[in-house]
Amino acid sequence: MQNKINIPPVLEIRNVSKEFSGVYALKNVSMEIFPGQVTAVIGENGAGKSTLMKIISGVYPEFEGDIFYRGEQVSFKNPKEAAEKGIVIIHQELNLIPHMSITENLFLGQELTTKFGLLDYPRMHEKAAGLLARLQLDVNPGTAVNRLRVGQQQLVEIARALLFDSKVLIMDEPTSAISDHEVKLLFRIIKELKAQNVAIVYISHKLKELFEIADRFEVLRDGAHVRSGLMEETTQDKLIGLMVGREIKNRIRKNDENLNEEILRVENLSFRNPENKTDFLVSDVSFTLRKGEVLGIAGLMGAGRSELLEAIFGLHPQLVSGSVYINNKKVKLQNVSDAVAAGIALVPEDRKLQGLILNMNVTENTSLASLKDLSSFGFINNNKEVQLGKKYIKELNTNVPSVNIEVEKLSGGNQQKVILAKWLATNPKVLLLDEPTRGIDVGAKAEIYKLIKKLAELGMGIVVVSSELPEILAVADTVLVMSESKVTAIYTREEASEEKIMRAAIAEKE
Amino acid sequence: MEPKQIKHYLIKFQSIIALMIMCIVLSFLSDRFLTGENAWNVMRQISVNVIISVGMTLVILTGGIDLSVGSILALAGAVTAGMLKFGAEFTDINLYFGFTMLGALVGGTLVGTVLGWFNGITITRFKVPPFVATLAMLTIARGLTMLWTGGFPITGLGDNMAFIGTGWFLGIPMPVWISAIIVLTAVVLTNKTILGRHIYAIGGNETAARLSGIKIKKVKVIVYSIAGALAGIGGIIVTSRLDSAQPNAGLSFELDSIAAVVIGGTSLSGGKGTIMGTVQGALIIGILNNGLVLLNVSPFWQQVIKGLVILLAVVIEKFNSKEE
Repeated sequence: MQNKINIPPVLEIRNVSKEFSGVYALKNVSMEIFPGQVTAVIGENGAGKSTLMKIISGVYPEFEGDIFYRGEQVSFKNPKEAAEKGIVIIHQELNLIPHMSITENLFLGQELTTKFGLLDYPRMHEKAAGLLARLQLDVNPGTAVNRLRVGQQQLVEIARALLFDSKVLIMDEPTSAISDHEVKLLFRIIKELKAQNVAIVYISHKLKELFEIADRFEVLRDGAHVRSGLMEETTQDKLIGLMVGREIKNRIRKNDENLNEEILRVENLSFRNPENKTDFLVSDVSFTLRKGEVLGIAGLMGAGRSELLEAIFGLHPQLVSGSVYINNKKVKLQNVSDAVAAGIALVPEDRKLQGLILNMNVTENTSLASLKDLSSFGFINNNKEVQLGKKYIKELNTNVPSVNIEVEKLSGGNQQKVILAKWLATNPKVLLLDEPTRGIDVGAKAEIYKLIKKLAELGMGIVVVSSELPEILAVADTVLVMSESKVTAIYTREEASEEKIMRAAIAEKE
Repeated sequence: MEPKQIKHYLIKFQSIIALMIMCIVLSFLSDRFLTGENAWNVMRQISVNVIISVGMTLVILTGGIDLSVGSILALAGAVTAGMLKFGAEFTDINLYFGFTMLGALVGGTLVGTVLGWFNGITITRFKVPPFVATLAMLTIARGLTMLWTGGFPITGLGDNMAFIGTGWFLGIPMPVWISAIIVLTAVVLTNKTILGRHIYAIGGNETAARLSGIKIKKVKVIVYSIAGALAGIGGIIVTSRLDSAQPNAGLSFELDSIAAVVIGGTSLSGGKGTIMGTVQGALIIGILNNGLVLLNVSPFWQQVIKGLVILLAVVIEKFNSKEE
């Protein structure tokens, strides 16, 4: 127990586990949260931080293990119940209703009423104005929240949490969208709350600010609790070591001799944020990819990795500037069909939402991007189409009862293979893979790694975005690390290590 | 056959089974039902609904809706009749065009196509939801019809024109020929062509379709244009049959059309459904109408019964898709 002051914890988590369809997001996690302290919960993407917070705040009412709050065992049915008892969460993503006023958003679900049961606007406005003044947010509480900047909206979200008489306040990446000035304000509020004996659970990837604000840390890795301790007794490097600290699995790719000919070159690619004209989702990214090379892109969530792939794939022509060259020829990317014609393929992050037509069968999904090659005068040659479906089932070893089965009935790994088949059928020169093994089982994962290797050996240029560092290190010849929309490091396979990548991924803007 | 298989076939052919049951029951209740004359009657009556419902099916398959087909039908009919009867006169420059019948037919169809294209443009380029865009077009096209006709029917269009709606060819009524050709073309379009596949893909998952390089906007504009063109053809048939273009022709046709599509098993959220299903849906509505008239059921009750049948069809469909 590294707790110096001898006070009982306000919140005690004992052996909590949470399973999602067979996969444990949390395994036997225990930790204690003390009043009047800021506890930093840290870990990589997917370490289980958000899952744990959602369990504590009642978003996930079902889990294994026990939670004790102020000495009593509790199990909240929903976030409202938790909030009423004093456990309040400020979510990473904004939960405000855009066209409603600040006041209406603050009091949503806990509106004040007059004795006739009507909304008591004067009283609500007054309270709201008080809160806004405390946060130094100089706007009328009647303003619609969609007219505020994102940072201001984040402050409204924080104000909503302050409205409750909270004992435990959970902040999930509260500074991801706000300016330095607003960060200072937030830290001042946090100090006030500490003085009022509120326990604060603070999740952030920005390790530097944790040393400024946090008292204790709890590290999670792959769903398990790794270490807890006092911030003043640790260093940034030690924390990074705790966050990654995995044995590195055998690298699948061996050194390649003929990585010479350039196949893709990206120059000064920028992607404006559609919600905020001055902000960039991808800023000034340049890199080259050679024939047969696998480029891994690492970074934290929101670093701009998926957006970089989308920009190369021609998905946002109005927002993207910069140039893309294939085989040294500049390609005009006004829409996806331009990209496909140029030989670029993208396997997107979300299989069901972005990759598949779920009610179509395996054949129809496989042929979707290459129908032109399978038809004459606009008429599809059914024979050729079925042949194509069968060919890729065999090549990718997809496990399907028949080519006519609807893809929604397949497992995640097999669905991913169908999407890969769709793009391989277009004979791409450059294959962009966004989280290619997310949510699929170990066996299918290994097969996809093998396939990546095989395609690279056949001379394709491959870009893999992944949140799993071991995956990046296993498949990539070169590792490009992004942080806050920028490239912060490029390593060769020999140079790359989990620690180095992690450090570059949390590097902050100069 | 195992019970499970039987169930599968019952579900697969539910519309046809429903049709057969209706025919058998009606033939017991009325001796005028099962006659050749009545059969052609029903076929001719539903042909216009079949034609516009083919377009509606394509639109709904993409996940959209078209409320403007009834009004477009009226305008296209009025334009055809006007062109045929009055030609085009530009008094300022002393210019007059007369039109051949072919010219008038092409003109009417073109008017429908252009208005459908306009629907497609407002929906894809200006991001107006299909419901709203076509609701606006419903009013616009009706207003244009009133302007064109001055609120009065255009009558006396000649025998040639009347042949389209009332004539027979090889022992089959002309409207039935026309609708059959359109249905066959649409069946081929949906099953055998790239365009057809893209229509299903967009309705199934628009994001995935876009990420597969399908040109969503182009496909949608084509589909709404087809729906407009078919409404135009429907307008020509209605005008021909009555030998008159009525300013309020086609009122609430969009509802009958949506009903046929839904009864035919097409999902309103898109991506799922067939042209032949819609034809069966139109047949069910047509035979139901015909039977209720033959049985002297009051027109008020007819509406209630028709509504109940639509509900029943959708409930059965939901139930079955859960079973599967």
